[in-house]
Amino acid sequence: MRIDPRKCVACGNCVAVCPMGAIAIDPVSHRAVVDEDECVECYTCYRGMSREHLNPAVVRAIRRIARLVRFRFDPEPDVCPTSAFTETELHWPRTVRRAFSDPIVPHESTGVAGRGTEEVKTNDVTGRVRRGEAGFTVEFGRPGIGARFRDIDRVTRALAAAGAHFEQANPVTSLMSDPAAGRIRDDILGEKVLSAIVELKTRMDRVPEILRALRAIAGEVETVICLGVSARCDAGGDTELAEVLRAEGFTFWRGKTNLGLGRPLWGDAA
Amino acid sequence: MTNTLHRYGSPESLRDDYIVFAISTKANAEGCVPKLRAFLEIAQKHGPVSLGNAKKGGFHRPSPHLTPLVHWRRDGGLTAAEVIAGVDAPTVVCAVFEDLDRVRAFLAELRERDLGLSVNISGLTEEARRAAAAAGLVRHSVEFSLGFCLGQTDRMPDRRTLELATMCGHGMVSFGLVEKLVLLVKEGRRTPAEAGRCLARFCSCGVFNLARAERLLEAARAGR
Repeated sequence: MRIDPRKCVACGNCVAVCPMGAIAIDPVSHRAVVDEDECVECYTCYRGMSREHLNPAVVRAIRRIARLVRFRFDPEPDVCPTSAFTETELHWPRTVRRAFSDPIVPHESTGVAGRGTEEVKTNDVTGRVRRGEAGFTVEFGRPGIGARFRDIDRVTRALAAAGAHFEQANPVTSLMSDPAAGRIRDDILGEKVLSAIVELKTRMDRVPEILRALRAIAGEVETVICLGVSARCDAGGDTELAEVLRAEGFTFWRGKTNLGLGRPLWGDAA
Repeated sequence: MTNTLHRYGSPESLRDDYIVFAISTKANAEGCVPKLRAFLEIAQKHGPVSLGNAKKGGFHRPSPHLTPLVHWRRDGGLTAAEVIAGVDAPTVVCAVFEDLDRVRAFLAELRERDLGLSVNISGLTEEARRAAAAAGLVRHSVEFSLGFCLGQTDRMPDRRTLELATMCGHGMVSFGLVEKLVLLVKEGRRTPAEAGRCLARFCSCGVFNLARAERLLEAARAGR
């Protein structure tokens, strides 16, 4: 993403809007500039801000006068008054930034817009997580921190060593040079994304091992990790997963509940 | 794809936050568009806070062609009919509710209509389970959110900022914008409703709960 210096009036609205804090007003040029290394190409600035098409010279003149008399005006905080954002053509490996950060862009490996797969949202039809199994979603970078693939690689290698099998139809798995070892290809390790979701499945009795492996490695990464763990319920809507998680010291109250209304139902429906 | 699993807040803070969404998959994608629209039409009868389309957004969306003259009338947003009409391809559609009674009534009608789409509730799991049971449904699968629990959690901001920002699960609502709007509300330069709508415009799939946002912003204004 780029900000056209001929159009930017340094209003500063985009500074607060950027989820990665990658935009600042340059004190010399008096224009907003994007720190390309921190920018994850999420397009929040370009698409999320409404756009006016005012004349930059007029806006700058008005702003200079207002500043001169210490007048605090009250602009809309989500508007770029001169439509100064400009898309830049992305090339590999920078393209992975947008694929993982802009939710509108379908990921090439899954065809699904966003960072993950359907997880258990369609489990009633796909049977992806079956009775006696648990599915994990390990998300890096959210909220508001971002993650480099070198950190994700550290964790996926630790998970592979703990016996994890990664979901094949997942964007991160598609970027592994060696999925069995959890190794992510070298040429993207420095790339930063807004978030990335690693998905894996395991037997229910191995859930504690996976959680302990995650806890052990989490201290070595420079980002935040959030976890989701899923299970197929029995005929009464119960699952032993909740007890397993509590026994590992986790407290939780929120989640996704699949109501089993999808058709055709997967074969194990009670 | 919507992204609603991890929303920050205590059970009390999340008491008015339920997202019911419908999704097709490869096995039932053919002919799903009328069903997705039907889902939203049924939802609309039960008074949601918002309806959303993962590919196009919810009621409140950014405009690429604003002029200074429209600032005073940009608060209306799209109508439910416009959001529903905008569903023209397989996608994920959602309805956001602040009231569990409405969710129960919605689920009961969904069960009756039997659209064949996978339907999930994102929210407090035990409340969701009870709402499903009241509608005659047994949960098929569940995914528990263990939250933002590992790694450098000390880099995250304060509770109020997290509660508001994580209502866009794709991370499009920045901490900086939340902090700015909380300040504008405290200064009396924006109402909680205006600030909430501003945040909602950044949510690209319509899952941002404007009713909860207003409540949280009002609490921030009052220093609670």
